[in-house]
Parts: sequence; structure tokens; C-alpha cells
Amino acid sequence: MKFDTVIIGGGLAGMVAGITLQKAGQQTAIISTGQNALHFFSGSFESLKEANPRIVELFSEAGVRLHYKPGVWLTPLGKFRESALSLEDVDIFPTPQFGRKALIVNFLGYHDFFSSFLAEGLEKQGMSCRVRFLNLPELEILQQSPSEMRSVQIARTMDKLWEKVVQEVRVLLKDEDTVLLPQVFGLQDPSVPGRVRSSIPARVVFAGTLPPSVPGIRTIILLKQRYQLLGGTYMMGDEVVRAHTHEGVVHSVATKNLDNHYIEANNFILCTGGFFSKGLVSNPFQVYEPIFGLDVSYQEDRNLWYNPSFQEDQPYMHFGVKADENLHAIQDGKALENLYVAGSVLGDTHPEFGTAAGAAIRTALHVADEILQN
Amino acid sequence: MKLQEYTRSHHNFEECMKCTVCTAFCPVLQANPLYPGPKQAGPDGERLRLKDPYFFNQALKYCLNCKRCEVACPSGVNVADLIQSARIKYDQTPPKFRDTLLASTDMMGTLARPVAPLVNFATGLGVTKTVMDVTLKIDRHRTFPKYAGRSFESWLKRRRKEQAAFPEQVAYYHGCYVNYNNPQLGKDLVKVLNALGVGVQLLEKEKCCGIALITNGMSAKARKNAEHNIGQLRQAIVDKGLKVVTSSSTCTLTIREEYPNLLGVDNAEVRDSMLMATRFIYEKLEKGAQLKFRADYHKKIAYHTPCHLEKLGWGIFSEKLLQMIPGVEFILLDSNCCGIAGTYGFKKENYKVSQAIGEPLFAQIRSVNPDIVACDCETCKWQIEMSTGYTVMNPISILAEALELNEK
Repeated sequence: MKFDTVIIGGGLAGMVAGITLQKAGQQTAIISTGQNALHFFSGSFESLKEANPRIVELFSEAGVRLHYKPGVWLTPLGKFRESALSLEDVDIFPTPQFGRKALIVNFLGYHDFFSSFLAEGLEKQGMSCRVRFLNLPELEILQQSPSEMRSVQIARTMDKLWEKVVQEVRVLLKDEDTVLLPQVFGLQDPSVPGRVRSSIPARVVFAGTLPPSVPGIRTIILLKQRYQLLGGTYMMGDEVVRAHTHEGVVHSVATKNLDNHYIEANNFILCTGGFFSKGLVSNPFQVYEPIFGLDVSYQEDRNLWYNPSFQEDQPYMHFGVKADENLHAIQDGKALENLYVAGSVLGDTHPEFGTAAGAAIRTALHVADEILQN
Repeated sequence: MKLQEYTRSHHNFEECMKCTVCTAFCPVLQANPLYPGPKQAGPDGERLRLKDPYFFNQALKYCLNCKRCEVACPSGVNVADLIQSARIKYDQTPPKFRDTLLASTDMMGTLARPVAPLVNFATGLGVTKTVMDVTLKIDRHRTFPKYAGRSFESWLKRRRKEQAAFPEQVAYYHGCYVNYNNPQLGKDLVKVLNALGVGVQLLEKEKCCGIALITNGMSAKARKNAEHNIGQLRQAIVDKGLKVVTSSSTCTLTIREEYPNLLGVDNAEVRDSMLMATRFIYEKLEKGAQLKFRADYHKKIAYHTPCHLEKLGWGIFSEKLLQMIPGVEFILLDSNCCGIAGTYGFKKENYKVSQAIGEPLFAQIRSVNPDIVACDCETCKWQIEMSTGYTVMNPISILAEALELNEK
């Protein structure tokens, strides 16, 4: 099977590149080994204070609403981090002192939402907090199996039940100016978070839960629909096992499912993610890129790979595939002319990008532009 | 650097990072709270079961074996294989009489065929459905697949000479459904392949792939079928140098993946030469062969990728073939499970769950309102036809219907 461009990796970078290229008239395929990092997405893309209307437009055409608003966002553990671009249902505040009193609402039996951490974090900013648990009979069915009372299961119920939650919250609400709810709204219907907000007479903040991330899954579903609507071929659950490269040009790739049916293309984009997605692999002796064997920048001395203090910046997070200034991949010191690299596999996501999500989008757009110009 | 390969665990379960992605994609978990979910039933449970089989949980029978957890897993864990293997290894409950009946597709087909009109009449009656519901716990809402009066095998045997005249030959593993219920699909496949200059042969004697035996707790019988079928495939592929084509995604997945992974039956010699006919046809066209389509063929077709085809990764061939037909308006339906999972949905205790799982798919089909739903799986077909009223056709049959044939 032959395409204009084949994208290896179906996460945020792959989707953005795929949508951009399809929209420009190319025929592309995305080969994705399982689901991606958007399932662990916080909802905040980056803290780079440089608005890019193109990103907001690309997402809005897929039905994903973003807002650019430099400030801070509230992490699931009650800390504040810088952000500038996020999903619309993830608030960005000008300062951490965004309210006076908060009502934090959780569901009885749900352990993946850290209300006490959030309360502690807000109290540090001078807010007073009250934590309450809702016990909805409709959630009893989920409570039967506590290990499966997860964000996505609750969110499926909330698509139908959000009005009832709103009623209960209105009853609980006293003089608080802020209500904190877990991010379990709007899995299928992206309009739900907005409707929850407008029907509670206080500022509603949706705070993160443990994975799977409901706003992340909603985002990936909408991006995938958009990509397929534009005619893109999405190969889910397949894996590139081998690439055929000749004199600096990649001709085709072989996949686990298609064995000897090779996928050919004029250009290839590698956006296979970091260590979790196996875009980068480590063993006791080296860090390598498993498909093309590209050059990887990393510390030779394994003792320097990680910092024993878990919360500190981890050196291995900076390891990544080497690329030239136009993001051509580098193999044995030489740039490959039709293989580009985007997203977390590049490692060392520059500090000014703030988070990997923003870097994934910006590198993917850059690569797509390069391909379209050449 | 074989270190990591050498330490690879059974079904890769130690690669599980507890990321919970599989739980977001399990269709059963959304509809049945009694099911512990793929993470718990698969890799988490496996750790416990390895310590003591006491931890085997009967609720694993609620797994559909749809493999959606495996397709979603970012770490390459064979979650559904872990669950089905545990059932094979630890479940000592003898299969119910009903499950034996449902799983014995070969035997039922052989018995029903000579008296097909009678059987079809009887299984269509409300009273029979009620009796089966009460006595056998086969849900009364189900529509039973009709049996054909003449098997596909006997139809093709009569055309042996005519088929042998084609310059290129393939063997066809048709499966129980084509043989006993829908010989027309087999005839359609012959028509399309003939148009490409390819003659179709039968295997000497194929048996049911055995998937229903595996999921109904009859793995010893399934293994026998597997060994028999591998012998038959080897004869065609290794001895005669033929490719073997199929038209059912589940039979194909079973022979390619379940034989080695669940039943321990080696298929290495034949694995790469057994292809869905859609893939075989696509590859022929890619190499320059041509099919002529009718100018007057105009259909709006919504394509549903069966879960097992998604796991195989071969849905793209069906998609591309349908898109090649000039008069087709093609719509790719969202990736969803229809909920029937072979014999699963026929069981009374699963009926409601089965319909709840399929609802998002049914709703999308109703809103798309196509002329035909296309799908490569026979049990998806029964489920979608029963639940939505839309006609479901295998892509091969659609190709056959749209073909422009010069002669005849």
C-alpha cells in the first residue's frame, strides 16, 4: 500500500501532522501501537507565551476547544504550574489566589480524585475549603467493583447524569465562590463541562484525576474522527517492526500485522513517543531508537541517567533522537532526507515549551510544513 | 542483546504498567459490573493466579474475547489471551448442554442441512424461541441464522473442473457459516476471484476453526480441530504451494493467532500464506490486475470493522476495496463493538449486556442511514441486522454485486 506520507505513532504529534497533511490534500496513514499519552493528559498543553492561532484553529475544526491565556493551572495534587494554552474546560488563572472559599465535591467510593491534596494546596493560597462526597444511586453499580470505579466509567454515567450532579452541588453550596469537581464530564459530549459551569452559581473548576484522563480521551476521539473524515487511514494496534532504507532514503516499512505487505511512502514521520510508548528503549547498556536505529543523544554513564530524588528533573527525560534544524532524523551522523521526527521521541523538550504536549504539536506542524514545501 | 527477549513472560504480562488504558476500551466493563475488567482479569489477576489457582475468578467468562484491550494496550500485553488462557487452564466447570450445542457449529450444520426448511421454520417460530429460552437459556429475542439446503462444499465440488481451468489457483477456507448458512458468500467470492483469473479449490476436509469451542470451555476439542486444520492448510500451502483465502475475520484470527497463543498449536508454516480474501484481492489489484465495475451501481455503504479484523489490522483492505467501487459513497463507522461476540450474545444471561454494548454502533448506523452496512463478520451481521433492521453484506459480496462481467 502506498501513501504520500506515513506517520509512525498515533499520539498528539501524529494526529496533528496527519490532520495538517490530509487537509493539504495528501494521502496519509497513521500506524499506532496501542493508545497514546493523551490518555494521561492533564489538559494543559504548554506554558509558552507565544500564541499560535493555527493550533487553536486546527483543534477547533476537530471540535476541541482550546484557550490561550497565560497564567497558572491547578494540578491534581493541589500545586500550581505555569500554563498558557489548555483545553477550555481546564482553567488558567492569572494568579494562584483565584478565590476565597472552595467547595470540593467528590463521589463516594472514587479514589482517583485527591480532594485532600487539593484542599491543602488551596488552603496554602489562603482559600478555605470544604470537602463533600456525593452518593448517587446511579453510581452504586460502579461501587460494586471498587477497582473499576475509574474516571472513564464515571464519565460514561455523567454524560447522562450531569444535571443531577448539578442539583446536588447546588444543595451543598453555601457561601463558597468556587466549586471543584473531578474531570469526569464531557467524555462523549464536549458541551457538558460548559453546561455544568453555567448551571452552578459559583466558579466551577474541573481538577485532574488519576488516568485515564477524560478530557484527553475526548480529545483523541475527536482528533481521530477528524483525521478519518479527512480521508486519513488510521491503523490502530499495529507496530512498525522494520524499515527499508537505501542510501539515506526510507522506502517502506513492515508492520507486525501486515508482515510481508509493506507500507510505502514518499515521506515518513517518526513520532513514536518517549520511553512509555517505546519510541525510545533502554536496556542496561544503552538507550536506542528501535525502528530505524537513529542516533540518540544520551549519557553514556548509566549512573547519570536518573536522579535519585524522584521529584527532581530526571536526566533520562532529556534523552532523545537526534535531528537537524528541519527535524530530519539523523542516522550514523547523517540526516535522512525523507524521515522527519516530531514529538516526545525528540526528548529534550526545550524548557521554553513548558510541556511535552505543546512541543509535540509545534514539532508536528513544523514537520508537516517541511513536507508540504518540498 | 537478547536480555529482554529471554525474559519475556507468558502473553507478555509483565509489560503491564497498570496504565488502565485497556479499561477505557473494554466494552463489557461499560455494561456489566460483574466483570472485573481487562486489567484486573488479565495481568493483575495473572500475578495472583500464578501464586495460587484459588484466585481464578469465574467472572472471567464475561470477557467477550473481542481483543479491543490488546489493540488499545500501549505496552504490547496480550490481555485477552491472558484471560482466555486462564479460563482454559483453571476453569474446571463442564460446559452446559446449551453451550455445547452453540459451540458445535460443524455438527449442527451437518444435522440441520438435510432438513433446512424445517429447521428454519421451527427456529423462526415464537413458540420455539420461548421453549429454547426457558429450557436452554438461549435468549428469545435472538434471530437464528438460517440453514441452507445445499452446502457450499457440494456446490463448489460440482464446479471442480471449471475452477481447475483457471491459470492461477487458491484454496478457500470457507468456515461453517459459508458452508451451512450462507453459501452465497462463497459463490460471490468465487465470482470475484474468477474475474481476476483465479480458480478456487476446497481444502481436502476443513473443520470448524474452533473459536466457539474455545470460548465455551471445550478447548480439548478445539485443539483437535486446530491440529486437523493445520494439517489441511499445510497440505495446500506447503505441498501444493497455494495461498489460502478466507472470508470470515474471526476464523482467520483464530487460525493465525489463537492456535499458537491459546491452544499451543504451531502454525508457523502456514501463517503468512493464509489471507483474508479482501487482502488477497487488494494485493492482486495493486500488482496491476483489474476489476470492472458496473456503471449503474450506486450505493451508500457504511463499513463496520469487526473487532477481530481490527485486531488482525486488515480492515484497511476492506475499506480500500469498497472505496475503489466508483458508485460507492463510503462511510467508515467509528470503532465500536457490536456486542454479540459469536455465541456470547445468544446466551440469555448476556443478552442485555450484548445489546447495551452495541447501542453506540446501532445509533450511528441509524443516523448515517446507509443503503447497506458492510462487515466481514457473520455474527456482527446477525447482530446488526437484528438490532437495526439494516442489511449487512460482506465486502466480498458487495464487490461481486458491483462487478461488470463481460461474458455470460
